Amino acid sequence: MYFCPTCSNLLLVQTDGAQQQFYCQTCPYIYPVIKTIVQRKTLDRKQVDDVLGGDEAWANVDQTEGENAELLTDLNSEYRDRRKDAVKRVIANMTVGKDVSSLFPHVVKNMQTEDLEMKKLVYLYLMNYAKSNPDLVILAVNTFVKDTDHVNPLIRALAIRTMGCIRVDKILDHLCEPLRKCLQDDNPYVRKTAAICVAKLWDLDQERAIENGFIKELQDLVSDSNPMVVANAVTALAEMQESSSTKDIFVVNVAFMNKMLAALNECTEWGQIAILTSLADYKPLDSKEAENICERVVPRLQHANGSVVLSAVRVIMIYMRHIKSEEFIKLLIKKMSPPLVTLLASAPEVQYVSLRNINLILQKRPDILQNDVRVFFCKYNDPPYVKREKLEIMIKLCNERNIEQILSELKEYASEVDVDFVRKAVRAIGRCAIMIDEASERCVNVLLDLINTKVNYVVQEAIIVIKDIFRKYPKRYEGIIEILCQNLDSLDEPEAKGSLIWIVGEYAEQINNAEELIEGFLETFLEENPQVQLQLLTATVKLFLKKPSQTQELVHRVLQSATTEIDNADTRDRAYVYWRLLSTDPRAAKAVVLSEKPPIAVEMSSISPGLLDELINNISTLASVYHKPPTAFMGNKAFSADAVKKAAAEDARDEEQIMGDDMISPTAAVGAAKNAMADLLDLDFGNESTTTNVSSPPVSLGNNSSVMQTQPAQASGPNYSADLFDFSSDMSGSSGGAFGGMGGMGGVMQPQQQSTNMSSPPVSTSNASNSGGLFGDLGSFSQPMQPQQQQQQQQQQQQQKPSGAMNDLLYLF
Amino acid sequence: MISAFFIYNQKGEVLISRLYRQDLKRSIAEIFRIQVISNTDVKAPIITLGSTSFFHVRHENLYIVALTKWNANAALVFEFCYRVINIGRSYFGKLDEEAVKANFVLIYELLDEVLDFGYPQNSEADTLKMYITTESVKSEKAIKEDSAKITIQATGAISWRRSDVKYRKNEAFIDVIESVNLLLSTQGNVLRSDVAGQIVMRAYLSGTPECKFGLNDRVLLDKDPTSRKRSGSTVEIDDCQFHQCVKLGKFDSDRNISFIPPDGEFELMRYRTSDNVSLPFKVYPVVTEIGKSKVDYKIVVKANFSSKLYANDVVISIPTPLNTTGVTCSVSSGKAKYVPGENAMIWKIQKFQGESEWTFTGEATLTAMTHKKAWSRPPISMDFQVLMFTSSGLLVRFLKVFEKSNYKSVKWVRYMTKAGNYQIRF
Repeated sequence: MYFCPTCSNLLLVQTDGAQQQFYCQTCPYIYPVIKTIVQRKTLDRKQVDDVLGGDEAWANVDQTEGENAELLTDLNSEYRDRRKDAVKRVIANMTVGKDVSSLFPHVVKNMQTEDLEMKKLVYLYLMNYAKSNPDLVILAVNTFVKDTDHVNPLIRALAIRTMGCIRVDKILDHLCEPLRKCLQDDNPYVRKTAAICVAKLWDLDQERAIENGFIKELQDLVSDSNPMVVANAVTALAEMQESSSTKDIFVVNVAFMNKMLAALNECTEWGQIAILTSLADYKPLDSKEAENICERVVPRLQHANGSVVLSAVRVIMIYMRHIKSEEFIKLLIKKMSPPLVTLLASAPEVQYVSLRNINLILQKRPDILQNDVRVFFCKYNDPPYVKREKLEIMIKLCNERNIEQILSELKEYASEVDVDFVRKAVRAIGRCAIMIDEASERCVNVLLDLINTKVNYVVQEAIIVIKDIFRKYPKRYEGIIEILCQNLDSLDEPEAKGSLIWIVGEYAEQINNAEELIEGFLETFLEENPQVQLQLLTATVKLFLKKPSQTQELVHRVLQSATTEIDNADTRDRAYVYWRLLSTDPRAAKAVVLSEKPPIAVEMSSISPGLLDELINNISTLASVYHKPPTAFMGNKAFSADAVKKAAAEDARDEEQIMGDDMISPTAAVGAAKNAMADLLDLDFGNESTTTNVSSPPVSLGNNSSVMQTQPAQASGPNYSADLFDFSSDMSGSSGGAFGGMGGMGGVMQPQQQSTNMSSPPVSTSNASNSGGLFGDLGSFSQPMQPQQQQQQQQQQQQQKPSGAMNDLLYLF
Repeated sequence: MISAFFIYNQKGEVLISRLYRQDLKRSIAEIFRIQVISNTDVKAPIITLGSTSFFHVRHENLYIVALTKWNANAALVFEFCYRVINIGRSYFGKLDEEAVKANFVLIYELLDEVLDFGYPQNSEADTLKMYITTESVKSEKAIKEDSAKITIQATGAISWRRSDVKYRKNEAFIDVIESVNLLLSTQGNVLRSDVAGQIVMRAYLSGTPECKFGLNDRVLLDKDPTSRKRSGSTVEIDDCQFHQCVKLGKFDSDRNISFIPPDGEFELMRYRTSDNVSLPFKVYPVVTEIGKSKVDYKIVVKANFSSKLYANDVVISIPTPLNTTGVTCSVSSGKAKYVPGENAMIWKIQKFQGESEWTFTGEATLTAMTHKKAWSRPPISMDFQVLMFTSSGLLVRFLKVFEKSNYKSVKWVRYMTKAGNYQIRF
């Protein structure tokens, strides 16, 4: 159909003499047809909708024997290409987790071939399924043994490598002879493969490896002419040494050490790592020898592979312990710094590992990298985990000279969008202030600037930090309290709220409207988080002691509601303590509540020296990344063949456990100790409340006042009791310096608790029956803890972290 | 040490799974998928669940994952993962889901070769290509060498070079490529500036040539009393790393860079310097937020190198607030436009002559937001390439080639400076 170009009407055909022409019905347009006009249009067939979702829907459906049967025919095909293709498909199925073990005999049949690629595929299959078909594996043994005699060294190596991976006893019987031959093969490629194979055999059957004298053979290979053979022999020996019970497989002595050093220069990068790792185990005889070894190792710091660099750093750090010459140590440190900085240019994951290690090295040798703080400044597009570690290191490197730079950098971070990182940056400012006295003023100013940005989470974090600064430098920055108080309304996190309340209570006499502020907070007293409640309680009492005239009614009201309306045992008990204190002797109360608190300090190294040394021994490994000893996360390693079987059985359970909770829960022991202590408090006051019950001001009665008196007597001086009353602010403190009041008291009261325990059971049972629901907590000797309590105890655990070696063990994860 | 090695696609499907030790089962792959791939909040590249540690690296649309039950060398594991990526690139051009799926048999073969019982073995792509081949690689290299020779090379002291390389014309090309990293504070102070350089060599040299290489590095030159006069134009290198072919022992003792190069292209050395970095571009941004509805930009960029040189492909990315609705901008050279997807205005200048200066003026209009949150002001970032210019001032002084047959060789040197992390805060 054609249309008129002028008026768009359909053209009709007419004959004009011999010629045909198109004409328009409405206008004079004419188109003479002088040649054939053809117009073709193919019509699309309408698409039928897929009811079941098309081809893709079939991709993951369960399959019947169909495919395996098809593979089976192909595997037995007379055409090589077809067989090879079938083997490839079998491997593909294996990868996605389909069970193709039923094809075992048919696949193995294809093992005897000159096609190397095919052979490798069949071997790959064998390694996976040998275990499920131990009887059929014997079919393959012959080919294996024959292959270890093949003229092609690649095939010899392949055979011995695969044989080692097939963990079936029957294969082991046939493995030893070829292995011995391969260890003495004249081709280094075969020898280096055989060396690793000894480790495989060891893993399966230590006895057999020893009986056949492979240990000796392997030790001989350490003096091989080929560096890669040396490296693999060292690798194998080191692994065997670790799992052996006698620990005499590979004791690095002078002879080994020299051979390894000789091979070090010529190895592949991975070989160098293996050698460096074993070198780290060597105990140098004297300072001179250690220096010599370090000199040979130092060039490795220039290697392009970051893991070689870190392994070299490990060796140097360990040997430094033996070096007496201060100058040489200085030189080593100087040489180590630039490569460490260079590591920050590598891939982010390697950076992460490096940063964690630099953190350790800094704790051991604080003089390293002193002038390089700038390289640890975060880039905008660094991954969060790298930023976090850089921040840590910035704080570690912070000193009077560079504080200005660091502060302006931290301030910059505080305006970023990643909330978590911003908080860390603000905390870091606080840590700088606490660490460096001279800089505290500038830090406080920066914090005030940040508060003025009015970004909610920044303000909250800044207030928490400022509270710590107040604790470190009491009576220095009171002037800023007013500014802090202006931000009351924006606080919604318990920790920030608690911090501000603490400040208000502590400096009540300098804040004109302190009672108004407190009163404001008290309106929502009952709904608050326990942490805030405790702080409010303490602050109110402080306020009362400072301004008794205006706040008598207030404090009475708070104590009343805390003791009667709140279910949380901690809050309630603290209220009782205060109440009793205030009612018996206000002066004593003053001495206790308003006592001078020891200023907090930031611990530079959060790791105990013993652990630090162990971690230095493990530089570049997982342990150094986690800053935890290897035993903490490796679990029980199974080494012998039987153990492997057991482990396989356990594996299933292990996996379930992984699925369930991903973190190892803190040891129950701590919880138990704390629990007992918390209960002790419960018990005492419960006692008292049965007698006085809900009568308003608890008059001091014989039994509880005696308990009260024993406490200070047990504690060594007023500081302890101060800590007791102020413990939640301790808990909230990010600094770990002062140990928590609660924890501290737990320790102090341990002996007492035992004695009380002896005598108390009858009392406590009577209590439980008497006091009923309100004091049901008493029963918590045997009952599970309340969630809030648990939470608090976890906080305590966190806070207790730095306080001793014991905690290092407890605080594994 | 590495107990298993997996490759996943983005959806968490296992593309490659290779177990090296019996201490874990294939089904462990599922755990990684649940805990990491489907978890939006992954805090670190290493995760330990129970006693199994998962190391993962993301590349293109893949997760490269190594598992261990040991206290493994974490740096080694990551370096190894990246090495696998490199091998993949060298074999397939690009390692992504498609390449893995199409070549899974080859990848299994490679994995079999590069790791034995969890210990990395030979990971040099060039050597691997000699005995692990595909149709495409085979036709390219066409090696039908006697396998005994291959194995000796794979384990030998110079595993990176075949012995029988022959060229009619012996040539060596050296590219000095520097990436300048800059972080400029809001006040215009340099917070950090450093140069990460790499020297890439393409060697087409016959036989087993021994090369010696010299730079105008201060430490190098100060060893050499004859050239002490010229110490004004030396560069102090903070740190350098070499390709494994360089004899590190020799470098440590007498600062000589000598090596037997692999055939073809390789990265000879990497270096880092933060001393006397000349910044190719100065940027003077003035960004003012006018009220809550407008941001005003005036950005001046000045080229700081000789007027004889040009910078190519200069791209300046100027961030805008998240609630930008529209942008008007004008530039004195090149083209600028607003790219909403990147929340930035992109200003491109094809050719930027040395010592010239160009200005960008713009204005972003914002919508009112109910939730008022300060704009984080990400830094302005720049991208560029300047040929025949090195930020550090580094120059190649010589490259000497010694070979038994004593042939003549032709050497070429090129210099290029490009932007690394060139960021200007405002």
